[in-house]
Amino acid sequence: MAMTMTQKILAAHAGLESVTAGQLIKAKLDLVLANDITGPVAINEFDKAGFSSVSNDARIALVMDHFAPNKDIKSAESCKKCRSFAKRFGIESFYDVGEMGVEHALIPEKGLIAPGEAAIGADSHTCTYGALGAFSTGVGSTDMAAGMATGEAWFKVPSAIKVNLTGSLQKYVSGKDVILHLIGMIGVDGALYQSLEFTGEGVKSLTMSDRLTICNMAIEAGAKNGIFPVDDITREYMAGRCERSWTAFEADADAPYTRVIDIDLSGVPCTVAYPHLPENTHPADEGAGIEIDQVVIGSCTNGNLEDMAAAAAILHGRHVKKGLRAIVIPATPKIYMECVERGYVKTFMEAGCIVSTPTCGPCLGGHMGILAAGERAVATTNRNFVGRMGHVESEVYLASPVVAAASAVTGHISHPKEVESE
Amino acid sequence: MKAHGNAIKYGNHIDTDVIIPARYLATQDEKELASHCMEDIDKSFVSRVKPGDIMVAGQNFGCGSSREHAPIAIKASGISCVIAKSFARIFYRNSINIGLAILECESAAEDIDEGDEVEIDFDAGVITNITKGKTYQAQPFPDFIKEMIQKGGLMASIKGDKT
Repeated sequence: MAMTMTQKILAAHAGLESVTAGQLIKAKLDLVLANDITGPVAINEFDKAGFSSVSNDARIALVMDHFAPNKDIKSAESCKKCRSFAKRFGIESFYDVGEMGVEHALIPEKGLIAPGEAAIGADSHTCTYGALGAFSTGVGSTDMAAGMATGEAWFKVPSAIKVNLTGSLQKYVSGKDVILHLIGMIGVDGALYQSLEFTGEGVKSLTMSDRLTICNMAIEAGAKNGIFPVDDITREYMAGRCERSWTAFEADADAPYTRVIDIDLSGVPCTVAYPHLPENTHPADEGAGIEIDQVVIGSCTNGNLEDMAAAAAILHGRHVKKGLRAIVIPATPKIYMECVERGYVKTFMEAGCIVSTPTCGPCLGGHMGILAAGERAVATTNRNFVGRMGHVESEVYLASPVVAAASAVTGHISHPKEVESE
Repeated sequence: MKAHGNAIKYGNHIDTDVIIPARYLATQDEKELASHCMEDIDKSFVSRVKPGDIMVAGQNFGCGSSREHAPIAIKASGISCVIAKSFARIFYRNSINIGLAILECESAAEDIDEGDEVEIDFDAGVITNITKGKTYQAQPFPDFIKEMIQKGGLMASIKGDKT
């Protein structure tokens, strides 16, 4: 029976020869993840059920990134609960302020996930690791608690949509534009309960950073996971990160797909998603009339070094528009340090940006850049729902780092060529 | 198992950020979460909802974050069941795992209006609109989910497997 790449990974983790879409399986997990918001709820469930040990089969990771450094007393209590749980069970992959980064940037960086592995995370953007050819998906806190206790999770085997990529991206266009473009085509529930399997000769032109961003937002199309084939770019990324042996799974040539979507990468424009859904996409050069108050460059979607480099290239020697607040958030301490060493922090600060400690912060309206009523932000984050970054009457426009940086300079939504041609 | 109450109706793509905004996620207290349920799209929900009421919505209900605080807030507000045309997958899992009844039923979600008196028979998967005198057949739960619910949710069911 022919299988998709996702189905092959699930079959291997369920100890089955093959699986088909719709089948209910119990699969062994390689990684179980939670953060400072979902972790405490999982710990409550774990304790309520009376478990006295955690599974030795799956790696457990707890990352204090959402409201940390603690924004208030309640979030301090949440982190404390996770900290003492990690201590109680000797959980090594506990990341607190100083070591923590935004979880979906930190986990691949630390080699905690590898191609062919299966992961669940009590965070919807756990689907990011499909970029490495792993199966990873977001779940809730109770699933996380069960995963910590048993090292397993139940899944309904997903069907899949094949996204066939051809060509290569134009200047200024990156993974963020590709995924926004795709969500614009299929809608926020266009891949509901399904896998998005990216394939085609265009894959080789996408960097790991592009792939991480694309898989990160698979959930914004309703997908269970997004996944890329394993190639030389994957192998190069994994080199030196992880000592475990790993497996590159490949979809069968005759694997069943519910739909095939063709995207010519050379035709993808710089894309912006307008409020209040990621599917409301428009080309960036149509946004000149939309004035903005704040720019946020960071998050699990676009907080990687390549994103910082792209933003710094636009902001170098330029200044953000007077009265506009620009907040840059390198996603991990390692990325932050690289930004210092490469001079990006200086570039950002000379341009009038502030550079924040790693945190999810403003992306979900937590802290470090909340919007007031009537304010607008261009953000490299992943959701533009009502009230997502603050007041219910504020607005978030989703874009790539170069579009966000250019918009910071002009004060309205801008294609980067608008500032580069000046 | 049955549910009975009046319908409170919403549209498509109701996301977890409006079900329970992130600014309230530092707490895990279900009563406190319930006191802010839906407030960013419907300030009157909290004062209007009565125990047993049924939430009715369109496509992709519960899209967005994995926060279990969302189904917890809905359940703690007194809602006995959410009927929608479709659910986002993480919200679907979370609801089952914490014991919030949810049913996928396109015709009911389309037809039921705000305030309609609704009764649900979960065993038969039948939704009755008493106000309009109509019935709708919902998508029944797969057997293994029924079994999980009968054992008292996910944690109780794995506890049984492990011991």
